[in-house]
Amino acid sequence: MTKEISLEHVWVEFGEFTAVHKANLNIAGGEFFSFLGPSGCGKTTLLRCISGFQEPTRGKVKIGGEDMRGVGPNKRPTALIFQNLALFPLRSIADNIAFPLEVRGVDKKTRRKRADELLELIALSGQGDKKVSELSGGQKQRVAIARALAVEPDILLLDEPLSALDLKLRQHMRTELRAIQKQVGLTFIYITHDQGEALTMSDRIAVMNKGKIEQIGDGKAIYDHPTTSFVASFVGENNVLEGTVLSNDGQKMQIDAGLGTPFTVESHPAGGPALAPGDDCHLFVRPEALRISKDESSINQFESNFVTEEFEGNMRHIVMNANGKDLKLSLINDGTNAIDANAPVKLDFAPEMGIALKPGELASA
Amino acid sequence: MKMKSPTAMIPGLYLTLFFAYLFGPLIIMVITAFNSSSFPRVSPWECFTTDWFGKLAADDKLLAGLGNSLLIGVGVVCVAIPIGLAAAITLSQVGPKLRAALYTIFIAPILVPGVVIGLSTLIFWDRIGTLFNAPYESFFYDGTFLTIFGQVTFIAAYSMLVFLSRIQRFDTTLTEAALDMGATPTQAFIKVLLPFMAPAIGSATVLAFLASLENYNTTVFTIVSSSTFTTVLSSKVRYGLDPSISAVAVIIIAITLIGAIIYECRNRYNTKGWAHVVADRPVLKVATHPGTVAVILGLLALAAVVFIQNHDSSACTAQILEDKRALQQKLMEEQSLNTPQQTVPAPTMPNLGPLGGDEGGASAPSPFGNSIFSPENLGTSAPDGQ
Ligand SMILES: Nc1ncnc2c1ncn2[C@@H]1O[C@H](COP(=O)(O)OP(=O)(O)OP(=O)(O)O)[C@@H](O)[C@H]1O
Ligand SMILES: [Mg+2]
Repeated sequence: MTKEISLEHVWVEFGEFTAVHKANLNIAGGEFFSFLGPSGCGKTTLLRCISGFQEPTRGKVKIGGEDMRGVGPNKRPTALIFQNLALFPLRSIADNIAFPLEVRGVDKKTRRKRADELLELIALSGQGDKKVSELSGGQKQRVAIARALAVEPDILLLDEPLSALDLKLRQHMRTELRAIQKQVGLTFIYITHDQGEALTMSDRIAVMNKGKIEQIGDGKAIYDHPTTSFVASFVGENNVLEGTVLSNDGQKMQIDAGLGTPFTVESHPAGGPALAPGDDCHLFVRPEALRISKDESSINQFESNFVTEEFEGNMRHIVMNANGKDLKLSLINDGTNAIDANAPVKLDFAPEMGIALKPGELASA
Repeated sequence: MKMKSPTAMIPGLYLTLFFAYLFGPLIIMVITAFNSSSFPRVSPWECFTTDWFGKLAADDKLLAGLGNSLLIGVGVVCVAIPIGLAAAITLSQVGPKLRAALYTIFIAPILVPGVVIGLSTLIFWDRIGTLFNAPYESFFYDGTFLTIFGQVTFIAAYSMLVFLSRIQRFDTTLTEAALDMGATPTQAFIKVLLPFMAPAIGSATVLAFLASLENYNTTVFTIVSSSTFTTVLSSKVRYGLDPSISAVAVIIIAITLIGAIIYECRNRYNTKGWAHVVADRPVLKVATHPGTVAVILGLLALAAVVFIQNHDSSACTAQILEDKRALQQKLMEEQSLNTPQQTVPAPTMPNLGPLGGDEGGASAPSPFGNSIFSPENLGTSAPDGQ
């Protein structure tokens, strides 16, 4: 069984401080949904609202269509995997996993059997009698997942479960988590501030900043079509130029960014408020969208000077300076992109690769 | 490197002095329990005797007091531990401002002198009793109940301090995790918090029990007409000491030592290193098991009891008595030679001996009997430096 979740105008306030700011959200049953945002943006708080540890100051949390106000965490069909895992240190691995069954009054034999099944699922069979302290970080991780699965929840909530792991193990656990989710078919709500993690695993992502949900969409939408300056600058690398809108016909916009001829970019009427002529704007161009001009007459062309280069084998990360503004440039190392360090270099980008948005807060690097 | 420099010896000297200061009185007291002298002292050594234990076993007042003390101790533990635990849990959950205020309130009974607590408990429950028109037999006036109430006020605070230091290391997300896994708050408390607190509950129980057992300041007021171990002891000190008090000390020290040894054995037995050592030595494993150690110590204690019951020092004490009488006789004869006129009161003195033999009066030819204030005691103990 999977259940959909909806948050309706959820506010969470701690005294004067607003931790969650009018969150509106629908998560479908069986979806892998991620919250992505910088530290302290309210991700954990939102998750605690769903799991029942935090009552929203205003608004409703509904699970399977039912209003959850006043329903305690032990009565909700959710299981939370805590940021610090919260395994019970005085219990063995098997007893940890069987805890949800124990409190439901399941007899010892059935408990042990179910624990063994789950241990097999997380590839730790035969290790049920070990102590928690005897496990590695990744193993603890898996035990926490098994314990949450023993609840047979409709919704599994995961609060940065991979943050403590090293890169290798993290990548391994990502695939494993995704596999478990496919296998058991649960709704996963996943919190992370690692965007690679969010982008690779999720069906949909909500990007949060300072308690506000800035944008909800699948990985591609978030990366290719950010709707706010924060999302554009937080997700992936981005170059930002300040400019003024000269014209906007709903298809194409002309923007003066102070780099010679005005740039032409596509309008994105689908997301974000439309920009009118005369408005200030932020123009975002991703490092991989910037190219070295091959012919003199290409569109959106401007002059720049070489600053520095970082060599990464398959990619070259170059910093160029255009009219006092540093721009990052990522080029494939295929031998066709020679740069003359001592002469001005012409750069350009395709109109569909430039994104003009209302000026807003940028993610700090 | 044979001669140590004087400065290098200072730590050793300090340690020796420190331990002498710590254990000297205890050792002296233990020795006095086996000296037949009627006042607890080491010298002059008279006879090795175990009679003081017998006398102790026959001391109904002290035994009744001990019974009361144990009862009160158990009562105090039963009431103070839950209160202390509840207070610690409350403190760990409230905000910082309320926490500071509550902490001060909870800790206040420790700062208030025991005498004040004792008196105020007495007066408070007397008022309440009067309010309800309770008869004098009701618990408002019962020494045991009042003492439990009085002692709990500060012993609960002690145990709260013990709990507080442990609960501060508790990860509250564990309780949340338990709730999230479907546990009711009660289940979360019993299955997660309580096991975590178990060691603290153990030490707080021991602490509370001992604090109750040895309390005097408060108890002396709240016990009313009844008595406890400490109040009986203190009245003994007031009305004349004898070595049966040393015998009490020996028993307490023995119990403490046995407990400490078993506890230490258990700790060492459970270490990883020892588990390794005994892994393939079953005999050693059984021999060092704390249960085995407990049985051996128990048997030793039993043997000591049997020995104490059967040891007969009457021959030696009779001999000592005889010697003393002879000495006295001689002294008196000398005296009567010097002052032939004053022979009237003298002959009664030797008769005192056989009559007051049980009381130890024979050795003390003084009208003060065996009082600690008797000049005889002062005279003999002063040169010993007691
Ligand atoms: N109980 C509380 N009382 C007061 N403020 C709180 C409380 N819980 C959280 N906050 C505040 O709410 C904000 C959001 O916290 P939250 O734990 O949701 O952040 P987060 O997005 O999970 O961050 P991280 O990625 O570091 O885990 C923070 O500024 C935090 O200080
Ligand atoms: Mg968090």
